[in-house]
Amino acid sequence: MGLFDYFHASRKSSDVAKERLSILIARDHFHRNQPSFLSALQNELLEVIKKYVDIDQDDVTVSLDREEDCEILELNIALPEKGRYK
Amino acid sequence: MTRIIVVTSGKGGVGKTTTSAAFATGLALQGYKTAVIDFDVGLRNLDLIMGCERRVVYDFVNVINQEASLNQALIRDKRIDNLFILPASQTREKEALTMEGVETVLNELAETFDYIVCDSPAGIEHGAYMAMYFADEAIVVTNPEISSVRDSDRILGLLGSKTKRIIENRTPVKEHLLLTRYSPERVKNGEMLSVKDIQEILSIPLIGVIPESQSVLTASNQGIPIIVNKNSKAGLAYNDSIGRFLGEDIEFRFIDARKDSIFGKLFRGR
Repeated sequence: MGLFDYFHASRKSSDVAKERLSILIARDHFHRNQPSFLSALQNELLEVIKKYVDIDQDDVTVSLDREEDCEILELNIALPEKGRYK
Repeated sequence: MTRIIVVTSGKGGVGKTTTSAAFATGLALQGYKTAVIDFDVGLRNLDLIMGCERRVVYDFVNVINQEASLNQALIRDKRIDNLFILPASQTREKEALTMEGVETVLNELAETFDYIVCDSPAGIEHGAYMAMYFADEAIVVTNPEISSVRDSDRILGLLGSKTKRIIENRTPVKEHLLLTRYSPERVKNGEMLSVKDIQEILSIPLIGVIPESQSVLTASNQGIPIIVNKNSKAGLAYNDSIGRFLGEDIEFRFIDARKDSIFGKLFRGR
């Protein structure tokens, strides 16, 4: 058993639960405050990019920010390392 | 002024009906004229927990459809004079609860009752929406389990956006967190989310922590709301919650693990 496994196994499950939950809820809140078309847009973008590049769901993020009378649609696509291009 | 309280959670099986029965009974015992309504159309259960299942003649949907008067459908509790139960229909579709129908019934109850407790069905569908829509206060029932906490967070989102108070730009629904099936020993051993963890995540005021207790099942077996059992920690914890709901400052109990004495170690688990 490696050192990492040792620490991993000795971690309390309640701490793991709290960490997972905090991340999950932050994410839920983020999605809750976005217009409903954003997730559809994100999925469609993902499908298109997937044709050319090997990426995961989490590599494409779409968000909408409001600054006074201006709305900013931000697309963030994390491309993989060279080896994973199709 | 009548207060409408919704008991809700999102997730099923966390103790909404047990809590509705306990709160309605507790408020009635404090002298308030209280009605408790089962919004779970098709899966009626409140009557069982309140022990009045054999006295159900008419139900909520009958009243909405004007097939019976409200007084015909209300069941007076056999122990407490100022406590009434309005059972759900067991046979109809959830959509039988129309917004206008629910509002009419609540308005009629508001003429004579101090508190109306709405026992929400699980989920975030029509029945749950109807149960929360007219609420002034919400008891959000949560288990120390990640799925339950997440669902409660979702319900809080709906309470803050889809209720009549929000739509009419009035003060929002007053939210209270009620933790059920809490086990201080498991929290101490790092096997369960603590009160503090859950409160940090949901960030609404805590109204009660109900310890895991075998007496809750016994109470439902017998059809006697757990709150009347003064020998049960869960019953006492519900009683404390009622006090806090009514504005009393009551210290939380049953949330710390017992100090382990030699006897404690020997007899633990009994």
